[in-house]
Amino acid sequence: MVEARSLSTRGSRILLYVVLIAFAAFYLTPLIVVILNSFRSFQEITQTSVLGFPREFRFDNWVQAWGSYCIAGICSGISPYMWNSLLIAVPATLISTLLGAMNGYLLSLWRFKGAGLIFGIITFGVFLPAQMKLVPWAITLRDLGLSNTLSGLVLIHVVQGMSFTTLFCRNYYVNVPKDLIKAAKVDGAGFLQIFWRIILPLSPPILIVTVIWQFTGIWNEFLYGITFSEGSARPVTAALMALSANIAQAREYGIESASVLIAALPTLLVYLFGGKYFVRGLTAGAVK
Amino acid sequence: MNQTATTMQAGQTRPARTAPRRSWLSDVPDLLTRIVAGLIAAAAVSYVVGFTLWTVVISFTDSTLLPEYSFVGFKHYWALLRSRIWQVAYFNLTIYGLGFILGATGLGLLLAILIDQKIRAENLLRTIYLYPMALSFVVTGTVWAWLLNPTIGVEHFVRSLGWEQFNFGWLVDRDMAIYCVVIAAIWQASGFAMALFLAGLRSLDGDLYKAAAIDGAGPSRMYLRIMVPAIWPIVVSVLVILLQTAIKTYDLVRALTAGGPGIATTLPTNVVYDYMFQRGLMGAGSAAAVMLLLSLLIVLLPYAILQRMRGGKGGGLG
Repeated sequence: MVEARSLSTRGSRILLYVVLIAFAAFYLTPLIVVILNSFRSFQEITQTSVLGFPREFRFDNWVQAWGSYCIAGICSGISPYMWNSLLIAVPATLISTLLGAMNGYLLSLWRFKGAGLIFGIITFGVFLPAQMKLVPWAITLRDLGLSNTLSGLVLIHVVQGMSFTTLFCRNYYVNVPKDLIKAAKVDGAGFLQIFWRIILPLSPPILIVTVIWQFTGIWNEFLYGITFSEGSARPVTAALMALSANIAQAREYGIESASVLIAALPTLLVYLFGGKYFVRGLTAGAVK
Repeated sequence: MNQTATTMQAGQTRPARTAPRRSWLSDVPDLLTRIVAGLIAAAAVSYVVGFTLWTVVISFTDSTLLPEYSFVGFKHYWALLRSRIWQVAYFNLTIYGLGFILGATGLGLLLAILIDQKIRAENLLRTIYLYPMALSFVVTGTVWAWLLNPTIGVEHFVRSLGWEQFNFGWLVDRDMAIYCVVIAAIWQASGFAMALFLAGLRSLDGDLYKAAAIDGAGPSRMYLRIMVPAIWPIVVSVLVILLQTAIKTYDLVRALTAGGPGIATTLPTNVVYDYMFQRGLMGAGSAAAVMLLLSLLIVLLPYAILQRMRGGKGGGLG
């Protein structure tokens, strides 16, 4: 069987590795380019191209990108926007995951008339393009007095995130044996008790996947961020966009490279350390 | 989900034996918790239904900067369908969508098959191929904009190596700029397709490989004739997911080309945003958003029905 599924001749093995490494180079090139540029000086990049090895490794791009470079007139570097993203992504991830677990539990283990329909509608929210929700959100946030606030973006991502988290959790809880719930009910346990004592202890595998999925998605989100925040209340993706739209001055590719890396670092780390769960989230969304 | 089922069985006996003890949990009235849970679910439902209907309603009005509920019928829809920007945007979407979907699926399938050859360093290569999925489209767009920029990127680099005639100015070429978006999007999403295909190939029965080998099928024929048809449902899922990603693409274009040169890479999503927030035409923008949703439904409804007919439980993402 092993022989059957693998190319066996020596020549084809070599060719196989050449092709695999060539593709690895394709995927890695942008990352390597950005890393190298973040250590190159302004003059060095503009005299040559963004593809090049640093003549000497300089760290001032990183210092400026973090704390002093001007983005749309605010000279504080990218660090305040990193905090904004963190202050949006962490609460929104935790709250939407908890609510999704609640919903999933309600819709899978307390099967009542219409549970399937409710689940279908909530899941449909996964596909609904964000453009269908921008105007209602604009009006809602204004009426709540949350325009241009981090709380407004947290609210959006909590409500928006519930579609995903409900989908993930419900599809996981469907496999919990019903007898378990019946036995607990016989013992006199109520709705919340069963959730807390039986369902949540069974949940870590799906909760990790959900948290990673939500955090990555919210951190990388751009459209809501750019629409409902301005100035110093922007999340980091919106700040990056403002940074590269800085046409008044010559492009500081070195500083921009460092900024891009800083902004991408949290989700890259999540991917590197939680890769298994990250992939499971991707596939759970795709092939149930 | 097989994995899930086994986890469940392993954990099954433990919690069942622990009879609920008295604690703060039993002090919360059961009815109250059920009502709260019901309200949360109701909020999630009314968000999806309510916001969708709200946008649909506004699309039939002349709302500009503020919502205003006097109806004008299909005025914005007709105007959009006749407008050049909308036609160009859908033409761009067609080119981009075809290139991106076929490219990412093809590359993903190729990589999955290559990785399936009992290779060394499989985990490392998989990690490398898939990491772009962890990045924001803004990051992808920004970095590819540098690489594809003729004055600072690949063209300049290759010329500086001595190949003076080298031309790679797609980013500033009206006819070719859309392919820059295709390249960046394939770079980002092909690893995702690979991951799904690989999972599919790995789930296939070993006997299938054996049978194919006994038949004397060569490796390429074996994959194309036997393996790929066997994972056909996954191929369809990947195509559908990529298609809806393509229709929703927004950030990537904004970071990579800002819709230009001219409107050569403007997609419907960019038009929606432009109407709603640059020109302050809420009614027209909402009509554009509804048409975007209809485009999605044309793709998703047949798929959802197909899934249901195949008896897949759970519905939704399939």
